[in-house]
Amino acid sequence: MAKLYTPAMAAIDRKRAKHKGPVKQSTPAREAWKRLKRNRLAIVGMVILILLILTAVFADVLAPYEFDEQMLKERNQTPSRAHLMGTDNYGRDILSRVIFGARISLPIGFLSVIIAFAVGGTLGAIAAFNGGKVDNYIMRIMDIFQSIPPMLMAIAIAASLGNGAVNLVLAISISTMPARSRIVRAAILTVKQNDYIESARAMGASSRRQLIKYMLPNAIGTILTSFTFSVATAILTVSSLSYIGLGITAPTPEWGSMLSAGKEFMRQAPHVLIFPGLMIMITVLALNLFGDGLRDALDPRLQ
Amino acid sequence: MLKYIIKRLIWMIPVILGVLCIVFILSEITPGDPVDAVVGYDAPAEVREAMKEEMGLNKPVIVRFIIYVWKIVTRGDLGKSYASGQPVLKELLARFPNTLILTFASIIVALIIAIPLGLISAVKQYSIIDNASMALALFGVSIPQFWFALLTLLVFAVKLKWLPASGIEGFSGWVLPVAMIGIANVGNLARTTRSSMLEVVRQDYIRTARAKGQNEVVVIVIHGLRNALIPVIANVGNTIGVSLGGAIIAESIFSISGVGKYMLDSINQRNWPSVQGGIILLALAFSITMLIMDLLYTLIDPRLKSEFRSKNRIKVKKKTTREAA
Repeated sequence: MAKLYTPAMAAIDRKRAKHKGPVKQSTPAREAWKRLKRNRLAIVGMVILILLILTAVFADVLAPYEFDEQMLKERNQTPSRAHLMGTDNYGRDILSRVIFGARISLPIGFLSVIIAFAVGGTLGAIAAFNGGKVDNYIMRIMDIFQSIPPMLMAIAIAASLGNGAVNLVLAISISTMPARSRIVRAAILTVKQNDYIESARAMGASSRRQLIKYMLPNAIGTILTSFTFSVATAILTVSSLSYIGLGITAPTPEWGSMLSAGKEFMRQAPHVLIFPGLMIMITVLALNLFGDGLRDALDPRLQ
Repeated sequence: MLKYIIKRLIWMIPVILGVLCIVFILSEITPGDPVDAVVGYDAPAEVREAMKEEMGLNKPVIVRFIIYVWKIVTRGDLGKSYASGQPVLKELLARFPNTLILTFASIIVALIIAIPLGLISAVKQYSIIDNASMALALFGVSIPQFWFALLTLLVFAVKLKWLPASGIEGFSGWVLPVAMIGIANVGNLARTTRSSMLEVVRQDYIRTARAKGQNEVVVIVIHGLRNALIPVIANVGNTIGVSLGGAIIAESIFSISGVGKYMLDSINQRNWPSVQGGIILLALAFSITMLIMDLLYTLIDPRLKSEFRSKNRIKVKKKTTREAA
């Protein structure tokens, strides 16, 4: 009998010969990465994000001056060679402060979203998985929380707890938790309708196994996308709260509080207002671009 | 239909109680003794004790909560401002119109800009206008509102002196604050209009309208836009929350005497009754607006209307304005 050799098998052989090694199995994650790589804007966002994280990590090395070093003879200087972004009203180098600012906004932004998703997401997953009364009770409680707009809630919590990074993380994570629980709930509900969940249940998978092994991995795309957008919003909230004096206060170089201090000297030194705001915008823009790309890559049906 | 409205109205009761509960818990966890704020740190012990009695701080937490809720529900008594001694409610209501105007003016302005922008983007997909408006949308959601306000302040008030830097005397004072709050909404709403319009133009009824030789403008605006606006209106609900938050910051930047500025000033003075009153008032205003939005949504969405009318209820996934986002 002649050996069966189909064009598809030939294609695999050609691929094997080209790669010189085992052919990589195609997984959904690899497919998504392939699609993401093709999206130029998303890659730009990702590169900016990586650079920002590196800036935060190596702030000591990168910053030309200490963030609190006061050169009183060089107050409110416009950008020059010695001070690329100029100096503020205490003669501090703005570039150095902006670099150190990445150490504050990024961790607070990420951490608060992680907490919001961990708590809210768990509640949302429980609600979606159980449905019925449990779902109803959990979501009605979330409704009550959501009857205070997130920004107002964050202001209220930050005002009650006082200033500081930890309180700021709490304020943002509590105020955004209901919205995050809704996202996870909706994602799980969509996945739950699939036949493979039915078959897992038919084969007697425990509820924990159904949720963790089958539902979460399939819902993770939606959750990851919304995670990225949430970090963008959280970073905006961090700076807004710090701007109105409810988050990180001077002399810590938080971008929002730098702008708040700069407002006083707006007439004499308008350059103080430019760079910290630009940094916030670049960070948020990078996250939004990456998030947009992630959404398109993880859910190709949307295109 | 009536059943839904009644259900939705009754739901307001636990919502209001929940808001009061959250505000009460926040006031409980606030560090510092409220007595200090009224009589000062160095007051003699008898005075402090008398004040404590008068403020009802000796009673157990649960009793205080019930008294707190009872006072607010029956008399609208939000306490007295530590700073001025005036009833908080009176001070709040004097400032509330400005906050309300600011919030809604910014939403209306945003809608006036966003809907045509989204419509053009959808009709001329991938054109220069589409790309530009989507870039603007991305920019709008990425720029910190308060920074945008500071920059416009710098350009239009300090450098060009076209507009006042603070206050709301006359029309020109409103321009910058409304623009600041509106910028984030324009992007968001334009994107929603675009994607919803793109979905609508693929529907059969649009093809039918075109097939019967209807004018293209009529097809797009009357048949298309009317249906495409349903998700946009759902999204306006979200916008209200964001705009209210924006209004608080705008009032502080542009020195507008509104509830937000009053609250932030009170936070700095540790004047908690005023802060709590502000939160309660804004949360209440927000909930009532959301209620109106929800009811409006059921009125305009023909699918929901038919669900309530039909006898053998077809299960249509009901979306409240908040869930749609």
